[in-house]
Amino acid sequence: MSDVSHEGVHRHPAPTGFIRKYIFSLDHKVIGIQYILLALAAVLVGMTMSLLMRLKLSWPDHKFALLGTLFKAGAPDGVMNPEFYLSLVTMHGTIMVFFVLTTAPQGGFGNYFLPIQIGAEDMAFPTLNMMSFWVTFIGFVVILAAIFFSGAESTVGPIGGWTGYAPLSALGAIAGPGQGMGMNLWIISIAIFCVGSLLGALNFITTLLNMRTKGMSLMRMPLTCWAWFTTAVLALLSFPVLLGGGILLLLDRLAGTSFFIPGGLYVSGVLSGTNPNFPLHTGGSPILWQHLFWFFGHPEVYIAILPGMGATSHILATFARKPVFGYRAMVFAIFAIGLLGFFVWGHHMFISGMSPYSAIAFSVLTLSIGVPSAVKTFNWIGTLWGARIRFTTAMLFAIGFVSLFVSGGITGLILGQSSLDLAMHDTYIVPAHFHLVMGVASIFGMFAAIYFWFPKMFGRYLDERIGKIHFWVTFVGVYCIFVPMHVMGLVGMPRRYSQFTEYGFLNKLHPLVLFVSISAIITITVQLLFYFNLVWSLFKGAKAPDNAWEATTLEWSTSTPPPHDNFAGVLPTVYHGPYEFAVPGAPNDFVMQTDAEVEVSSNGHNGHH
Amino acid sequence: MGRVLAVIIWIITALSVLMFVSKKWWFPAAISEHGPALDRQFLITILVVGISFAAAQIGLGWMVWKYRDTGKAGDRGTYTHGSNRLEVLWTVITAVVFITLAVMGQSVWAQLRLHDAPAGSYTVEVVAQQFQWNFHYPGKDNVFGHTDPKLIDDSALNYVGLDPGDPNAKDDAVTASLVVPVNRPVELRLRSKDVIHSFWVPPLRFKQDLVPGMEIKVHFTPTKVGKYELACAELCGQQHYKMRAFMLVLPDEELNAIRVMSQEQFQARMTELLAKYPTVID
Amino acid sequence: MATMVTTKPVIKSGTGGKASGPNGNGSKRRNGREFLEPDPHANRYRIGMWVALASIGMLFTALSSAYVVRAGAGGDWVDIRMPRVLLLSTALILVSSVTLEVSKRNLKASSLVGHSRWLMLTMLLGLAFLGSQLLAWKQLAQQGIYLASNPHSSFFYLLTATHAVHLGGGLLALIFVWTRSRFSTALKVSPRRQAATDAVAIYWHFMDALWIYLFLLLFLWR
Repeated sequence: MSDVSHEGVHRHPAPTGFIRKYIFSLDHKVIGIQYILLALAAVLVGMTMSLLMRLKLSWPDHKFALLGTLFKAGAPDGVMNPEFYLSLVTMHGTIMVFFVLTTAPQGGFGNYFLPIQIGAEDMAFPTLNMMSFWVTFIGFVVILAAIFFSGAESTVGPIGGWTGYAPLSALGAIAGPGQGMGMNLWIISIAIFCVGSLLGALNFITTLLNMRTKGMSLMRMPLTCWAWFTTAVLALLSFPVLLGGGILLLLDRLAGTSFFIPGGLYVSGVLSGTNPNFPLHTGGSPILWQHLFWFFGHPEVYIAILPGMGATSHILATFARKPVFGYRAMVFAIFAIGLLGFFVWGHHMFISGMSPYSAIAFSVLTLSIGVPSAVKTFNWIGTLWGARIRFTTAMLFAIGFVSLFVSGGITGLILGQSSLDLAMHDTYIVPAHFHLVMGVASIFGMFAAIYFWFPKMFGRYLDERIGKIHFWVTFVGVYCIFVPMHVMGLVGMPRRYSQFTEYGFLNKLHPLVLFVSISAIITITVQLLFYFNLVWSLFKGAKAPDNAWEATTLEWSTSTPPPHDNFAGVLPTVYHGPYEFAVPGAPNDFVMQTDAEVEVSSNGHNGHH
Repeated sequence: MGRVLAVIIWIITALSVLMFVSKKWWFPAAISEHGPALDRQFLITILVVGISFAAAQIGLGWMVWKYRDTGKAGDRGTYTHGSNRLEVLWTVITAVVFITLAVMGQSVWAQLRLHDAPAGSYTVEVVAQQFQWNFHYPGKDNVFGHTDPKLIDDSALNYVGLDPGDPNAKDDAVTASLVVPVNRPVELRLRSKDVIHSFWVPPLRFKQDLVPGMEIKVHFTPTKVGKYELACAELCGQQHYKMRAFMLVLPDEELNAIRVMSQEQFQARMTELLAKYPTVID
Repeated sequence: MATMVTTKPVIKSGTGGKASGPNGNGSKRRNGREFLEPDPHANRYRIGMWVALASIGMLFTALSSAYVVRAGAGGDWVDIRMPRVLLLSTALILVSSVTLEVSKRNLKASSLVGHSRWLMLTMLLGLAFLGSQLLAWKQLAQQGIYLASNPHSSFFYLLTATHAVHLGGGLLALIFVWTRSRFSTALKVSPRRQAATDAVAIYWHFMDALWIYLFLLLFLWR
């Protein structure tokens, strides 16, 4: 039976020619791959930067000959100077948070699979979609430019940290090296990124609301779709605030305004308003920058993790061969995390000088976000209960996600309390916390996704043996890197120090610093295996059938790789929920969403206690 | 594979817990009045954190160990979409525990931040800059001399912009070390000349940002005599890593003697005291 | 289900040209004849527009909160006097919303000529609005009040410029719609085209309301 909504309508015909097919493509699948490629390049840059940081921290006075040749200003005779280190800190954070964690999970996998999983031929606005990628790409070029155009004293870019606190970030070159042109480019890059991200968010939301196929009710959507949807809403509402803040910061830097710069400053021997390098400023509020930044910054971290949560739920169910435990609760938890995420930004600012009363409010709200996060964890473990687990590499990374999310998330209970933050703020327990959740759990979500969906995208499996080595070394490695950082923080080790040689109380931590660095070197090196696997499997990987994993959702019901309009002219009709595994009496241990033959009673609320 | 994964997860869990429990790398001894309360709250929190962490990882490992696919034909997983009762149960329990922790976690904060320094506190003005700390003492008359940014001249060593024309300024001292009494409330008036810095003394369990354009008043009561390292805890530029100062907590006689000294004497006496007390680094 | 689908009666038309939007054609061919069937995807333009407006709204919310905070802090607030030409700006944009509505109704009633004319009028009013904004800036500059003169002036220039940029985008969209209306040869209007026009109208009215809000914020608040 074909009715209006089911005869596929080619809203744009299949492209011809290399440029239209692979460069300026309107096809969400190509755009998704472009985002993933961008992230793969960005993460290489980001990881290299973190490697250099670890080298400086572990061997601060060592002469690294290669560095001395490559970075004459930042590492004269091979010893990295403090501004070089700080610019690594800044660029590592910026590149990883924006160009890796906010691209691949959402723009990459979301773009590729959201339309297919809801049974649509493409995103709602394919042209906007293409623009969103290329705008993001330009943003990446600009941030790389910031590395090379920071000025004669050149470091490796601006040095304000990825958080760019004013007035340090607003004063310009007078505040120190790395605060000149590189900083302007940093702001511009982020502003461009905001625009690209907003275009993407617009597409995701409209597509999900408007283009679900027949039978695909909201509560039959895979959890990946719920995660991408909520992430898009978060992006939609938080990125404009960053854009606003960035505009104000740029104006303070270039146009002499005083949004964030107060009066009466005396910087590098110069009083405000007495020198052309330092125009007169009055009345600005540095804390205003923090409010604007973190109002964006907190939802941003949920943008980074939610898609990984969605992928984990999806992949756990698939390889556990049973439904997600508590699908409804999972949906509510995603909403709760998204919603609460907008009300807790002040927990980054307890010590900032803001009102101590608001600190109390923010603190209590912050700990309440732990509740939906815990609910999700219980449900993941519940999904594994009574399962028949198939330990594919994708599954290993999904299980790893749960372990790492628990480890990283649980320390939020410490950091979220205002009293404890008196001792914890700006010490190493903070990067310990956020790296475990963002820098590892989120990445594991992406790894799981890529091992899972590679066979659908390219028709071949990623090599499982290499994959498993990749998993084991990375899983153990990241724990070795980030668990010690917690106790470093308890001792009181401050953040963003280019070396730890100046304080007696830090001396005892040196063995831990070394241990972390060696673990990092090993873990980062092993990621090369992953890159190798990607390329090798593209050509030599074992061929995969259309339903590579005996999974249930719509992407597995179409051919591999999916045709241009995803469903070869006939949009699917959905009869079941997304995770109908182990249905009693069904011929297989999985029932695809499109399977009209099998009946699953009471839309799948069996086993309801 | 499932068993190996479970074991590795459990080993990681055990080692992580051990790292904390052994206290090999831990907070330094608390030297402030609110310190023990903060440490108690931390202990309660880390207990909840540790138990939750261990329980989740053990549970995860257990599932992964027990429920691996044995490949038996026709053997299927347990078909269930969940349990509303369980959802309510664990949501409520988690909420109660977390909110309780949250409420408890406000008390030290409220004590320190919602009340002004008690009357009669020993007051010091702290002015931070790239890359040093300046501590301004009111001297014998116990009145701070007037300061003005326009009068700041680093090359002339007038770091805080003290007004030479102000009679109250004559007996003031401005030095690079913080000198405070033991067992008396201390009020710090925090300012910054250029960018955001942060006052951080780990044994004190106390931290506060110094924000340009604001004067932020904070208070605490040190409880142990000694010389402690003061670190900057907010990125302030390339020498952020070496913006060190010392905080000297002195017994009453020594403190009362130095506080009435003017600049040169204060400086000299301070140098002696810095040499006298070993730096507490544990 | 959250999908909003409006069903319209199926209209058969003779062979005619294609009404193609940027994303292809909602109508299908059967036996070589044009079928204009209800297009469930036409709504995506309206939905997309509201989503975009939420985003733009957040940008102005951020700038507004910066405005309020900055006014409270700093102690250096000096009110600038409202340039009188802004009253003209307000009138222009209000009328342009009216003319756009008329244009939209014309399209719905399939009076394509009327639709096109009122659209042109709207565009001219929009251009005039932008011109009046430039005049306001000039008036301030003549008083020696520039972007960095004081916080109020900083926000004035910033908010009006940001609004003008977005309005300029709306103007481009109007030009696109007008061009299509002038050169389209379809005898009937497809639901997709109606939806696109509706979406642009929603945007324009939002810009109008936003202007009123900014005007009040800058000159009536406090």
